[in-house]
Amino acid sequence: MDSLTIPPVDLALMAPLLVVVTWATILLLVDVFFIPDGRKKLTGYLAIGGLMVAGLVGLPLWGVTGTTFGGMLRLDPFALTLTWIFLLVGVLSIAMSLEYLPSQGIEQGEFYPLIMFAVSGMILLAQGTDLIVLFLGIETLSITLYILTGFAYPRLTSEEAAMKYLVLGAFAAGFFVYGIALIFGATGSTRLSEIGAYAASRGLGDLNLTLLLGGAAMVLIAFAFKVALAPFHMWTPDVYEGSPTPVAAFMSVGTKGGALAALVRLLFEGMPTLSEYWLPVLAGLTALTMVVGNLGAVAQTNVKRMLAYSSIGHAGYVMLGVMVAGEQRGPEAFIFYLLVYALSNLGAFAVLIALEHQGENAWQLDDFAGLYQRQPLLAVAMAIFMFSLAGVPPTAGFMAKFYALTAAWEGGLPWLALVGVLTSAVAAFFYLRVIIRMFMTEPEGEPVPALNSGLTVDIVVAAIGTIAIGLIPAPVFALVERSLVALSGS
Amino acid sequence: MNQLGFPLLSLILWLPAAGALALLFVPRTNAELARRVSLATMVIGFLLSLLLPLRFETNPMQIAMVGAPPVMQFVEEAPWLPIVGATYSLGVDGISLWLVMLTTFLGPIVVLSTWDSVHKDVRNFQILLLILQTAMIGVFIAQDLLLFYLFWEFTLIPMTFLIGIWGSQNRIYAARKFFLYTFAGSVLMLLALIALHLLHRDAIAAVDPSFRGTFSFSRFVSDLRAGRFTLDTTTERLLFGAFFLAFAVKVPLWPFHTWLPDAHVEAPTAGSVVLAGVLLKLGGYGMIRYNLTLFPAAAQWAAPALAVLAVIGIIYGAAVAFAQSDMKKLVAYSSVSHMGFVVLGIFALNAEGISGAVLQMVNHGLSTSALFLMVGVLYERRHTRELAEYGGLWKVMPIFAAFSLLVALSSAGLPGLNGFIGEFTIIAGAFRSPLLGWVYVAFAVGGVVLAAAYLLKLFRAVFMGDITQPANANLPDLNRRELTAFALLSIPIVVIGIYPALFFAGMQHSVAALVAELMAQVAGS
Repeated sequence: MDSLTIPPVDLALMAPLLVVVTWATILLLVDVFFIPDGRKKLTGYLAIGGLMVAGLVGLPLWGVTGTTFGGMLRLDPFALTLTWIFLLVGVLSIAMSLEYLPSQGIEQGEFYPLIMFAVSGMILLAQGTDLIVLFLGIETLSITLYILTGFAYPRLTSEEAAMKYLVLGAFAAGFFVYGIALIFGATGSTRLSEIGAYAASRGLGDLNLTLLLGGAAMVLIAFAFKVALAPFHMWTPDVYEGSPTPVAAFMSVGTKGGALAALVRLLFEGMPTLSEYWLPVLAGLTALTMVVGNLGAVAQTNVKRMLAYSSIGHAGYVMLGVMVAGEQRGPEAFIFYLLVYALSNLGAFAVLIALEHQGENAWQLDDFAGLYQRQPLLAVAMAIFMFSLAGVPPTAGFMAKFYALTAAWEGGLPWLALVGVLTSAVAAFFYLRVIIRMFMTEPEGEPVPALNSGLTVDIVVAAIGTIAIGLIPAPVFALVERSLVALSGS
Repeated sequence: MNQLGFPLLSLILWLPAAGALALLFVPRTNAELARRVSLATMVIGFLLSLLLPLRFETNPMQIAMVGAPPVMQFVEEAPWLPIVGATYSLGVDGISLWLVMLTTFLGPIVVLSTWDSVHKDVRNFQILLLILQTAMIGVFIAQDLLLFYLFWEFTLIPMTFLIGIWGSQNRIYAARKFFLYTFAGSVLMLLALIALHLLHRDAIAAVDPSFRGTFSFSRFVSDLRAGRFTLDTTTERLLFGAFFLAFAVKVPLWPFHTWLPDAHVEAPTAGSVVLAGVLLKLGGYGMIRYNLTLFPAAAQWAAPALAVLAVIGIIYGAAVAFAQSDMKKLVAYSSVSHMGFVVLGIFALNAEGISGAVLQMVNHGLSTSALFLMVGVLYERRHTRELAEYGGLWKVMPIFAAFSLLVALSSAGLPGLNGFIGEFTIIAGAFRSPLLGWVYVAFAVGGVVLAAAYLLKLFRAVFMGDITQPANANLPDLNRRELTAFALLSIPIVVIGIYPALFFAGMQHSVAALVAELMAQVAGS
């Protein structure tokens, strides 16, 4: 009888992940037993601390490449850079929730550990090199998000959002598992590298290859759902609108980032030789996503829904980099775009939160009217985020757009780059509309924005980051470039 | 580094931005201080820029020859984005020299005009004006295509706010239209830029594998000329079109002009002056610098068709201007007509046409700015722009009337003033161009006649005859600041008119080099 061999495990390679998970688990208990109601903000600070520690723990791992758990997890600069971005997203999201939750009367301590668990799912997605691990990552992320989406219970829209997300998400998860089963049936493995090697060894017409392609299609559908690629995007506006605003902010960047990170690995480690099959499909989805997202946003008068559609459009721009990740420029564009989008979009959501107060939603365009006269700095910050999302220089959004378009053209998809610039011209319309309301119309009603420390930090960090990366992008470009060395070598 | 040994262009470029930063520390309520800081910044900027023509080498060592990239002076270069080969590189040649001078010269005049016309949130208005100044200078002097595009797009933001916050009734519509038109016009240019970068990189990397790509304008030009990098006909035409669309919207060339009248009518006086004085020139400059230099063969191919659009614009703009009863609209449409001349001159593709176009851009910047100031002066006093509300003002505002006459005649192209020189040179160029010819000229001359008609109509309705409205009886004449602005503007209007050689001398070499290249294309095809 064979003895069960346990492969050597190098925990150091997953140190940031471990820190986040352990910290979150302990924090859950600490929150219940030691932190009194009404002081739950403390939990939030502890969660931020945990994410920061995880980021610091990652520092010495820079440049390290290695796999552990028998090749199911890999640490490389690509994963590490993404991990840092995800941690940043987590920190900013928690910071904007600190005052939001009590002001909405939904302050519960477990909110913060849940965000941490979601972050851990994202990190797992960035590190996973096995379909099972990717599934684990996606589910960790999704299940926590189902809860977070419905966190504003008993607000009906929040429940509705959670329900919709859960039902559709479960459906997508079903596709994922079925896809894994088919792929395993075809190749006998769930390890991405082994799937890749198998696919490379089979010629056209091979029955197993057909099975593999069928499985891959299922998995891609699941990813398209998570990333909100059209036509799998229908849930996005409703879910974003219904969920608590910080959760929507977190989802708009987090889910996409995590799922796309995994998609990069899946496509370029798992089936690089099959690109003739998936590239046209993904390119079509991407084009459709850019068109649907940006045209959909034009029709919105609700800024939160507008940002939801805009996030669909941006998923398309990020995909420009993801699809051509086989080229040097592709994954660079992906990471760079993700970082810039995270800053600009979280900033915009933070401004949205600043305008909300007790029980009232200030998401209509008219609520932004005359903001410049009431809160000039807030309006300027929002203008920076809007210009950045629209891709107007000198903001970081322009550099990101430039990078993504260059990558797409270089990767042999000039027509997709053309769709990208044309839709970005459409996008300018609805971002500009917010700016016009803020600066060029008189204030209506009396919503006095409540700025608090957490939000201020968020907005300032995001605004300065957006401008600084726009003006002097070279250091960030260099960082991003260096994080790709390992990926291209694999 | 350059002939001066210090980064003059960077100073001129960033000084207004630094002024804008300084203004952030001026209390928001202290309007007077804000205006003064802004004025001082603009004046210093202009004085600094005077060094440019003084130290400009009108006849650089390198003789105009086929295959040589444009000779830039006062060159500065620093790494900016090494990963894509973009650099922070600045320089001027004979073509951009006078446009930079125009920009810095109009700066103080624009600020002077705000004393009387802007009363709301003055500090932030000045901040935007200064930022805009930096962006516009940047467009003229950037020698790296990515840097150029950055400045080019950035001009939109301050201008949109200037129109949208400080404009009149319909300002939001105008601001939105301005932004969306020009933004949508430019997105294809971004793609063309990327395409040029990648095509060039692949072409060069085939020979030199260590090459990682560039956005350097002179590198593109020299590789194109030397044949190390060639574009096939279709690609060249597509790239030409993508660049041209962006510039045509900005100029604006008929039929892309519809944003202009709205923007002008709604913008505050200072905004109109900047818009007409400098912003439109970015388009004309872009056509000469990028369309003609990078894609000479496509320019040859497209020239007759584009000249037709230009001529339609000349006639259409003039005819519509004649029909206006709103002074500001009249001047706005006259811009469409005058800028049509510029495009016509550019696509004559010969030395006369192009130097005429450059000079005409400067002329239009001076005359039209003065016309908008004139409208502004009247509007501040009477708060109406209807021609019917005025009449007989010569009797109460003689000094103002005299300056207005000079400005109107300059714009109409009276010999002895600047407008004549520009238009005459352009018409001569179009006439002698093998691509165009007398038919184009016949229509263009019709535009000149119409220009005289609408400008004299404007002048007659405002200044001649008896005072018909009692409200006009006691209008004060120009105050000290207004007088300064008009007097300053009159100097180049007269000087260019009587001694144009001074201005042509600077651009001669650059234009000759450009035309030599265009001729070589004709010979080659």
